[in-house]
Amino acid sequence: MGEAIVITSGKGGVGKTTTTANIGTALALQGKRVCLVDTDIGLRNLDVILGLENRIIYDLVDVAHGRCKLHQAFVRDKRFDDLLYLLPAAQSSDKTAVNADQMKTIVNDLKKEFDYVLIDCPAGIEQGFQNAIAGADQAIVVTTPEHSAVRDADRIIGLLEKETMEPPRLIINRIKTKMVKEGDMLDVNDVTNILAIELLGIVADDDEVLKASYHGEPVVLNPHTVAGIAYRNIARRILGESVPLQQLDVESKGLFKRIKKFFGARV
Amino acid sequence: MPRTNTVMIKGTKEGLSLILSDACSFEEVLEELDAKLALAEKFKDENHRIKVRIHTGNRLLTDEQIARVEEIVMKERNLLIETIEANVLSKEEADRLIKETRVHMVNRIIRSGQVLKVQGDLLLVGDVNPGGMVVATGNIFIMGKLKGIAHAGYPNNRKAVIVCGKMIPEQLRIADLLSRTPDEDEVTRQETECAYINQDNEIIIDRLPVLRTIRPELNRYIEGGE
Ligand SMILES: Nc1ncnc2c1ncn2[C@@H]1O[C@H](COP(=O)(O)OP(=O)(O)OP(=O)(O)O)[C@@H](O)[C@H]1O
Ligand SMILES: [Mg+2]
Repeated sequence: MGEAIVITSGKGGVGKTTTTANIGTALALQGKRVCLVDTDIGLRNLDVILGLENRIIYDLVDVAHGRCKLHQAFVRDKRFDDLLYLLPAAQSSDKTAVNADQMKTIVNDLKKEFDYVLIDCPAGIEQGFQNAIAGADQAIVVTTPEHSAVRDADRIIGLLEKETMEPPRLIINRIKTKMVKEGDMLDVNDVTNILAIELLGIVADDDEVLKASYHGEPVVLNPHTVAGIAYRNIARRILGESVPLQQLDVESKGLFKRIKKFFGARV
Repeated sequence: MPRTNTVMIKGTKEGLSLILSDACSFEEVLEELDAKLALAEKFKDENHRIKVRIHTGNRLLTDEQIARVEEIVMKERNLLIETIEANVLSKEEADRLIKETRVHMVNRIIRSGQVLKVQGDLLLVGDVNPGGMVVATGNIFIMGKLKGIAHAGYPNNRKAVIVCGKMIPEQLRIADLLSRTPDEDEVTRQETECAYINQDNEIIIDRLPVLRTIRPELNRYIEGGE
């Protein structure tokens, strides 16, 4: 029985889809069987980042309504033999075309066949969000180091903590070394201090991400990119390895330990 | 008329004290009350109103019964009821009192969009994040950082205070007053501070030791420990 992980954020455009594609690819690189589920109905783009857009025949809504079998809707990523699959979102329907119960059933079926089911969540906290988290065992919250994104992540974490799933973990995406150094951007500590959940990884702002998605090849396939390494590290942490945080050369402030040690004596 | 102890009238410095027995029927009490007050003619001539405190022993009066007592005491007399007290509380009242004097300890983070409301005092072991809110009918003590909104003394207890490890709030509210952090708040505060309503009816943030002087009633420590 595999594990279902939802990738969510609250605020739009912070990198959920990029994160889903890259972690999924990295897990496949590690030999795991992975299915990526795009739940952003009406605004699908996970297929584009993976370069699979012209191979879609059926989609999530078709599966939910029994118009096709689960297997018929799979799009296989040829780069990985039998390891990486996509269950695409419908482009023409809207978010109410699927409900939470249908999602749960689909995700449970997928967990029987795959080691990891990664669910790409749409922005917001409405129906689409509820659907995306319905079948998940774990959640990853993605934020950028901006106040507005952090605030939305906080809201999402509050909602996730009410669900019966493991405590959510955090990815801070698009960190700009130079801006942090000059004090124009929140740093990693600022963000983790507010959100106070386990940090799963940090990803630098990297033009290679844009280039990669232009070519329909997730950046993680290139091990010589900063973002690629970051996503590989994140995948290894998901697999239970302990990998130190990537040095983005940004930790110029606030690295000292705040924990003070007291020398105890018995009364 | 027989002299019974169903109703006892005592004169005090402040006015009159009426003690109504709880060992007979309410009707008997009313009858006797009327008779005894009628005997005490002098209440009619006084040109200022005499304050009356009524004690009902172990009998808890209903609103309707209170109205009837009031009617008898006040009719054509220069008497003004100040209080009606009993030795006993209704269960509702007792529950309310317990709730309002209780300290609720909460160990979590109040995140954006979340509202935590308690009756009584709140002891929060954690932060209130931006966009989060805590509300208490009593005082609020926060062991972490207050970065959202805290509303103490909700809805109208202006004596309530907010104490916090690090005060960087979006807003402070006490009772019916509200204050917002100035746009240019350059003070980086490192120590625990308190917020309260001062004599000019403004919410102010002050150093913690000040609390002992302005709110001595916050001491609920019971002597006898070590
Ligand atoms: N680490 C990064 N460095 C540079 N660009 C990035 C990075 N992560 C994401 N981006 C870019 O940010 C944009 C938004 O990313 P993405 O589509 O993954 O966000 P999203 O959260 O899925 O958005 P939506 O809420 O619309 O679904 C894309 O153009 C993507 O290429
Ligand atoms: Mg997306």
